[in-house]
Amino acid sequence: MLKHFLAAALLCTASLPAHAEDFTAADWNKVLEEARGQTVYFNAWGGAQNINAYIGWAAGELRDRYGVTLKQVKLDDTAHAVATVLAEKTAGRDEGGSVDLIWINGENFAAMKERGLLLSPGWAQDLPNWRYVDHENKPTITTDFTIPVEGLASPWGMAQLAFFYDGARMDAAKLPRTADELLAWAEANPGRFSYPQPPDFTGTSFLKQVLLEKVTDRSVLDRPVEDDVFAEVTKPLFDYLDTLHKVAWRSGRAFPQNYPAMKQLLADGELDIIFAFNPSEASSAIANGELPDTVRSFTFPGGTLANTHFVAIPYNANAKAGALVTANFLLSPQAQARKQDPAFWGDPTVLSMEKLDPAARAGFEAIDLGIATLKPEELGPALGEPHPSWMERIEEEWNRRYTAEN
Amino acid sequence: MLMLTRLGPALVILLLTGPIAFGLAGTVLPAFGFLPVLGGMELTLRHFRDLFSEPAIFTSASLSLTMGLATAFISLLTVMLFIAGYAGTRAIGRVQHLVSPLLSLPHAAAAFGLAFLIAPSGMLARLISPELTGWQRPPDLLIVNDPMGLAMMAGLIVKEIPFLLLMTLAALPQAPLPQTRMLAASLGYGRMAGFLLGLWPVIYRQIRLPVFAVIAFASSVVDVGIILGPTRPAPLAVRLVEWMDDPDLSMRNLASAGALLQLGVTGLALALWLGLERLGAALCTRMAMHGWRFRRDALIRAAALAAMVLAAAIVLAGLCSLLLWSFAGLWQFPDALPSSFTLRTWMRTLPSILEPLRMTLLAGLLSTLIASLLAILCLMNEDETRRRPGRGALTLLYLPLLIPQVAFVFGLQLFLVYAGMLATLPALVLAHLVFVMPYAYLSLKDPWYAFDRRYDQIAAGLGKGRARRFFSIRLPVMLRAVLTTAAVGFAVSVGLYLPTVLVGAGRLTTVTSEAVALASGGNARVIGAYAFWQMFLPAAGFAVATFMPTLIFRRFRGMQV
Repeated sequence: MLKHFLAAALLCTASLPAHAEDFTAADWNKVLEEARGQTVYFNAWGGAQNINAYIGWAAGELRDRYGVTLKQVKLDDTAHAVATVLAEKTAGRDEGGSVDLIWINGENFAAMKERGLLLSPGWAQDLPNWRYVDHENKPTITTDFTIPVEGLASPWGMAQLAFFYDGARMDAAKLPRTADELLAWAEANPGRFSYPQPPDFTGTSFLKQVLLEKVTDRSVLDRPVEDDVFAEVTKPLFDYLDTLHKVAWRSGRAFPQNYPAMKQLLADGELDIIFAFNPSEASSAIANGELPDTVRSFTFPGGTLANTHFVAIPYNANAKAGALVTANFLLSPQAQARKQDPAFWGDPTVLSMEKLDPAARAGFEAIDLGIATLKPEELGPALGEPHPSWMERIEEEWNRRYTAEN
Repeated sequence: MLMLTRLGPALVILLLTGPIAFGLAGTVLPAFGFLPVLGGMELTLRHFRDLFSEPAIFTSASLSLTMGLATAFISLLTVMLFIAGYAGTRAIGRVQHLVSPLLSLPHAAAAFGLAFLIAPSGMLARLISPELTGWQRPPDLLIVNDPMGLAMMAGLIVKEIPFLLLMTLAALPQAPLPQTRMLAASLGYGRMAGFLLGLWPVIYRQIRLPVFAVIAFASSVVDVGIILGPTRPAPLAVRLVEWMDDPDLSMRNLASAGALLQLGVTGLALALWLGLERLGAALCTRMAMHGWRFRRDALIRAAALAAMVLAAAIVLAGLCSLLLWSFAGLWQFPDALPSSFTLRTWMRTLPSILEPLRMTLLAGLLSTLIASLLAILCLMNEDETRRRPGRGALTLLYLPLLIPQVAFVFGLQLFLVYAGMLATLPALVLAHLVFVMPYAYLSLKDPWYAFDRRYDQIAAGLGKGRARRFFSIRLPVMLRAVLTTAAVGFAVSVGLYLPTVLVGAGRLTTVTSEAVALASGGNARVIGAYAFWQMFLPAAGFAVATFMPTLIFRRFRGMQV
């Protein structure tokens, strides 16, 4: 509702561009010309300092190169940006919207696509830097959480669930190799494992990982959730959680807020095994002095959850050209290489090394991925995301079950 | 000039009651389903049904209720016993010096400090481990975010004690201290009992509104709840803000209904407190009637002093560990000090903190400037009309501090949106002004009344006009007080969380709103850096207020202190 009013408010205050629609990404020079002087409000999760710093760097580059001002609106949940755009659409504000670019995937992307809140027709494949994108070998670039992307969002980075431990405290030979082994390990080491409280996305990713491992027939997760099977399909997951919470950190009475909080808890020795949706998270934290250099990564040989994260432009964005220029810049080999460097962020690239010219490829090869990062071939199979509707229901059910009674 | 001074009180009433009245209306209507933009035109009780079927809603509400009452009770008890034991001694002055700087510290910064101190991997555990505890690893104890809210209560108490102490000290001169002390002593009463029976009733009457403000604040606080409070369920106000923020727009009605529940909870807390007041009074009467004299109170006296010093020490130690974290390289448990020091955190956060810093200064300075001007106008008007504000006017002034912030800032935001002013600087300044204004007036009032009017009369006798008298005599004499008022106002503005978050709508951010947003990330270094700015800004304000008059009046001996 609030967003609704926000929409109406900004309608009165924002200055509307006179001709927002008469260009496409295909006519790139016109886009560049239009973008100069625009301010792009980039709605992006703001919970990690290194990512905010990376966006700050991108803002400097965009200003110098294209005269585009990039401002990060730091979200604690991407759903808020979706709600803002939805409210604007409900209020009939089809131009001059307050969100220009959203960092997005999964249920938020699905929700925006379904409700027609995204700039269409698809534009991502018309971006000049699309030619470097590895869409042939990385299926999650074209299909996000079972939903076809259709160019409505431009890929930004790859993510796969990876686990971290401190080699100084734990024996690498005894690391769990499946969700069940993880539970057994937690029972043997009470208080040393936890996961971020849903609806935090890293927390829900852990739930999905467990669900994918425990479900008897994975194909049911590719389809939208149906009421009559929900309880049956998710029973193994909640049985798992019931057992886990008894031996979890703080006996499951409190949870970390997100993965940076877990990182701090690993550094403090409160947790022994943590995880992140970014295989080089630990190396990046070591480089920043947040984790000791004895921290290492591991993964489940049976595979872990993997996806792609994107940037998307709302249909009513105020600075569409600026947003396109930003999306294109974020895809550039230079920006992607810096993003992959654990010294800055450590987020795997969406580009194909084969498609790059030798100089750009050398830039990637020069990156020191760090001692704690598994190489791409060591990461194990990538498990696909379930249909987004599953997560919504699971979050609801989690909240119902694990909030204290009156 | 005359016109202007007449305008003063009218403007203040408009600025205080306007936002509150509109805000409450904007909260009440959606709670009953009336929200035209979403197509809600029917009146319904459905949202209250939804509210009461939310999981653990009564746990949340009773958490808030206990938080309000217990915080006020424990802080007031500490302050009361300390004053009773030490009024008129030098210890008061020393403790006052220790405690005064804490008053300007934003609640959130104090809460961060406490969290870093008492967490299982916090400073205290590090200092005594492994030598005393044998802990090589932090113990798995739920201290911060405990379900009963004890950590949150502690965080509130250490911040409310300085507030109530300074309010009490301000009221103290109006009580005949030496005479009563002598009288009570000659009748054989112990030091504390004599004070409590003879003087406390007079003093308590003066600080009643501040105590109510503490109850209202503690029962509805959001930022301290996010940092230290229970999580499942969280205190009521914290959950309200979450609903307000929910992507599902229909949650807005639920949040509004919840805000009314919050209003009820705070009202109930205040009502229960009135009952406690009676109980306390009856207890005092009983004690007096029995002739109990409590002559041996040395132990309680020492305990009161210890509690006072402990409260201040906790906050100061917390701030020190925050600062330490901001310069820390790797810092593993149970090391008492980081293994390396680095400026990296500061270098990294500096670019992103500039914008919030600018907004903090802008909103703080503007709202303080307006509030100080209005306070002066009101006081000038009181001089003209020779009438002091009555109880009603004072209660009105306290209104923004007595009504839970969530209950009217929600609605205020709605009206700002209708006016097309959400996330604009004027709106932010207005929202801050509502909270800065009361403090500005209250802190300027006493020094203003203390002005020796004969200066004014002499100047008038020399044929100086009204404006000349004001600018050449009154204002210079009042400069110190006016600057202190401004520093108080600025500190209040810097510490405001909820109004900033709701009216700034994520686009206008201050160091406090950013710091609380970062809290969830648990990055001790970054939180440390932000908390530093939170404590630095108000302190800088007070430094200016202290040193500027000294500088200006360096050639006027009579104006120096």
